[in-house]
Parts: sequence; structure tokens; C-alpha cells
Amino acid sequence: MASQIISFRLNGEVLEIAVSPSEMLLDVLREKMHLTGTKRGCGKGECGACTIIFNGKAMNACLIPAMRAQGADIQTIEGVAGPDALHPLQQSFIDKGAVQCGFCTPGMIMSAKALLDKNKSPSKEEIREAVGGNICRCTGYIKIEEAVEDAAQALRANAVQGGDL
Amino acid sequence: MVQNYVFPASVSEAVTVLSTNRGKARIIAGGTDLLLELQDGKHTCDVLVDLTQIAELKNITEDNGFIRIGASVTHAQAAKSELILQHAPALAQACRKVGSLQIRNMGTIIGNIVTGNPAADAAVALSCLNTIAEVTTQEGMQTMPLEDMYAGVCLSCIDSCCQVVTHVKFPVKQPGQGSAYLRMEQRKALALPMLAVSAMVSVQKDSFEWARVLIAPVGAGPQHAVDAEEFLKGAPVTPETIAKAGQLACNQAKFRSSAIRGSKEYRLGVLPVFVERVLEAAVANARQA
Repeated sequence: MASQIISFRLNGEVLEIAVSPSEMLLDVLREKMHLTGTKRGCGKGECGACTIIFNGKAMNACLIPAMRAQGADIQTIEGVAGPDALHPLQQSFIDKGAVQCGFCTPGMIMSAKALLDKNKSPSKEEIREAVGGNICRCTGYIKIEEAVEDAAQALRANAVQGGDL
Repeated sequence: MVQNYVFPASVSEAVTVLSTNRGKARIIAGGTDLLLELQDGKHTCDVLVDLTQIAELKNITEDNGFIRIGASVTHAQAAKSELILQHAPALAQACRKVGSLQIRNMGTIIGNIVTGNPAADAAVALSCLNTIAEVTTQEGMQTMPLEDMYAGVCLSCIDSCCQVVTHVKFPVKQPGQGSAYLRMEQRKALALPMLAVSAMVSVQKDSFEWARVLIAPVGAGPQHAVDAEEFLKGAPVTPETIAKAGQLACNQAKFRSSAIRGSKEYRLGVLPVFVERVLEAAVANARQA
């Protein structure tokens, strides 16, 4: 089976990598690029642990053929923090106790980030819709909702101050 | 095992690739079901023919009295589309129920039909809208009513190794018409429907001119509740007729007890209530317009 070289933007940097036609993007990220923050859970699009932001939208990396990444703009959990500080979502997850075992957390943060990138004043309903595809069996979601609301508030405050996140 | 993955630039290029590979190439759009079925060995193919780069398949348009949806339109795209919200609220409501937001960002409306699942949300809604599919092969384009696309439970008449469903279309909504979709589920995300119902009605002077009521999963694809539809023709729009239609819907509801979807008895018990609610919502939509 012939590998092909594809090119895409990953966490802001354009790169090239050889992928096979039957490979999934999740395997490329984890096994070839060693970006293991994106978790493999069910492998069937049912748990959300592998959520990444693909061309601005939250998607399950386990269901994206690697070939489809050609020309795409992809963000993973490794690209979320700034050079000097955590992203407000990451900080809020810590501050609000929204992390327990932590396995779902990268996917949860990517789903929440895809929402907050477009909407910095989401309703509770919108937050629930955004993280509804991410299964957490520790926290019961209340702390996660609070963390996303808290991060949204921080992002709004930062926007008022003219900050650059 | 997939040996090659191609992105045709046009529908004609896609059918040419299918034709030259003689049954060993298969169409992929969202891929949320197909990729799992390939992993499970339910399908085998050497070449995947990805439709997502074909410009003409990416949009929802109003065209000659029809709303037309391209093969790579996702559930998330349809759920927010002004055209869908205006002309087919049943479809917008159904699209919001599929899987999770991640799945809705990938999975396509037409894929929801072609997988052949008997209670696929979008397909149940599209059935009440009188949807027609445009199917292209090397020989040309044919149209096919949505209800003729099911060969059995989880079996489609479409052979994705030689046919491409490029679009589905349904008539634009007329004054006095309305639609709605409703499903029962165990939880609010990532849950299969235990029961799905859709309805489209035409209300003239406080009477049903006609009504289409679809229920699933009770057979191969969404099924018309024909007794309820017949009863509603010309009936006054009253709580009593709507309740009677709910009861009559049970005549076509051949549920099977299922560990995933619930028992036959339970679902038969709730069906009349769901049919009532979906008819009330469709009538409310018709009166809004």
C-alpha cells in the first residue's frame, strides 16, 4: 500500500508527513507525531476522547481518514496553551476541579475551545451541546460546565482589556 | 484493505473512478459509519472515493420549487441552515439529534439515508417531506423516491460501488404546511432513537387537507402510519382527531423488543403520545407560516 505525502497546518505550523490511505488521523497524531494528548477511547466516535479542532470544528480524530487532513488546519490539545501561560480553559479546568482521572479532559477542552472560539458568551444549553459528545464518568459534568463558563468570562474580560489570547 | 484514497473534483470523475475499479472502489462522504464498517469487515474495498472536495455537493440551495441538499452537507450544516429551518423544521430538529456535535460536524444527511438504518434521524424527517434522491451512475442520472431506497433493515438499494447519490430534494413549504420531528432516547447525546416520528401536515381552514406521519424503527426504513394518514385526510384539527390519529398509528407499528431500543410493549405504549405531540408541533408550524 503506497504511502502519500500530505501537508497540513498543525497547531499553527505547516508540516508534511507520509500517511497510508487506510490510516486514521488519530493514529498519525499519536503514533507518528507522538502527540499523545489526543486520547484513543472507544475508537468509534462515541466517547469524544480523541476530539480535535479540524478546520474550526470539533471532530473525532478516530473517524477522520488521514488523507482528508491534506490542506487542513488542525489544533490538538498540545497547541492550546500560550507560550507563557495556560489557555483560560485549561486554567479554569484546574481551578474549578473539572479534572478527575483526566482521560476525557483533552477532548473536553477541545470541544469547549471550538465553542468558545466562535462564541464567548455561550448559554448553558450551548455548553452542554458542545461537550455532550465527550463522555466523562468521574465528574458528573457540573464542574466542567462551571469551568467552561469561567473560561468564557476570562476570555471576555481579556477581550475587553484588548489582550491577545 | 484500502489501497488508494482519491478526491475527485467532479461527480463525473467520481463515477468514472467507480466504473474503472469495477466494484472495488466505494464512495465515502462523512465516513462516520462507513469507516467503522470497513474496520469490522462488513465492506471491503481497494479505493475510497471521497466526495468532500466536490464544490457542487457542499451546499443547500433553493432550486425550481425544491430545497436541494448536496452529498457532503453535514447534519450540523443543515441544522443551522436558514433554508432548512424555514422549509423543513422537521429536518433541522432531526439533525440536531444525531450522535454528538463532533459526529454532526462530519456525518452527512445523504449518508444517513444510504447506511439504510431503519431509524436514522434525518432519513425519518426527510421521509415526511416527500424527498427524492438524485442518483448518478456512469449511464447518467436518475431520480428515486426516498422510500424506494431501502432494501431491508440496515440495507440500502444504493450500491456505493457504482452509484452516487449526489443530492436529495423536497418541495418548498407552501402556506398552511408545517412539519416536525420527535424521538425518544435514553439520554440526550450519543443515544440511538428508541422511537422516532415525523409528520408533515397541510392545514386549510382548521382541517387537515392531508398529513404524512412516519414512524421508525418498525421495518426497512421509515414507515408511513397509513391508517392515521387516511383518517386525518379532511378531518378537523382538534385534540380528539389528533389523539385518534395517535392510536391509529399503532396499526403500522410492528416494533420488536430490543435490548438497545426497548421493549415492543413499552414503545407501543408511548407511540400514540409521540404521534400526538409531533402532529401538534407540525400544526403549530403550519399556522406560524
